[in-house]
Amino acid sequence: MIETIAFYIFSAVLVASAIMVVFSKNAVHSVLFLILAFFNAAGLFILLGAEFVAMILVIVYVGAVAVLFLFVVMMLDINFSDLRRGINTYLPFGIFLGVVLFIELVFLVFQGWVAPPTDGPALAAPAPMLSEISNTRALGQLIYTHYLYVFQVSGLILLVAMIGAIVLTLRHRPGVQRQRIATQVGRKRSESMVIKQVATGAGAPVE
Amino acid sequence: MIGLWNYLIVGALVFVIGVMGIFLNRKNVIIILMSIELILLSVSINFVTFSAFLGDLFGQVFVMFVLTVAAAESAIGLAILMVYFRNRGSIAVEDVNTMKG
Repeated sequence: MIETIAFYIFSAVLVASAIMVVFSKNAVHSVLFLILAFFNAAGLFILLGAEFVAMILVIVYVGAVAVLFLFVVMMLDINFSDLRRGINTYLPFGIFLGVVLFIELVFLVFQGWVAPPTDGPALAAPAPMLSEISNTRALGQLIYTHYLYVFQVSGLILLVAMIGAIVLTLRHRPGVQRQRIATQVGRKRSESMVIKQVATGAGAPVE
Repeated sequence: MIGLWNYLIVGALVFVIGVMGIFLNRKNVIIILMSIELILLSVSINFVTFSAFLGDLFGQVFVMFVLTVAAAESAIGLAILMVYFRNRGSIAVEDVNTMKG
């Protein structure tokens, strides 16, 4: 019973905040509604017993991606109301398209498929019982053995994305004085100081 | 017990909202990127739902890869957006015709 109530609350807030992401007037509000949507999706995942994916969703999406969005939205100095000017002309067509797409998807859900096998060798990675082993542990045993190469490749994708983002946004401004540590460390005594014998009572010779 | 189709309908709704977001906010790249995130989230919901109802953990493994690609895509997208804003002073997508492609 409480699972049913939780499901309906999570999905209602998820759908409502997804709508608000699209229709909100302020882009900062859109990002905050996106964060709310991610939290509610994480709640749905917990209801499904996928607690590790739920936590990853909160950490990666809310902690990294949404904060990145927030940072960019707040840093760009844009009048967002100008960007929304054409929305009313597209609104009827957009809603028509959305309704058609949704009706097709509902058809697909209710009669589009044959029930797949739920046991036996057809499963790629049969899930162990939750009483024996926790979801996180089972996922770890799967990722680090069967899907090790795919896991490594996903790390590589992140590396490429990181380098790409740095290369795209890096800019060299002329006229900026920077500390050059290599030059500082590479200085020699001979080129930086001179020792002079100064006679007592006489000043140092001026060169 | 919540049936399989409930979760699938929620996923379909979020997907449709994401597609509509791309259609409606044609000018605002940030909203378009957020709509893409919503679409990927709905795909993740479908994956986890089938993973739970079929007893197959690979769905959850795949959600992690989807998440990786989503994070990489949004990072690159926002970086391109920053460069574009720095050059043009606006983020309207309709003006992206500099290269006459």
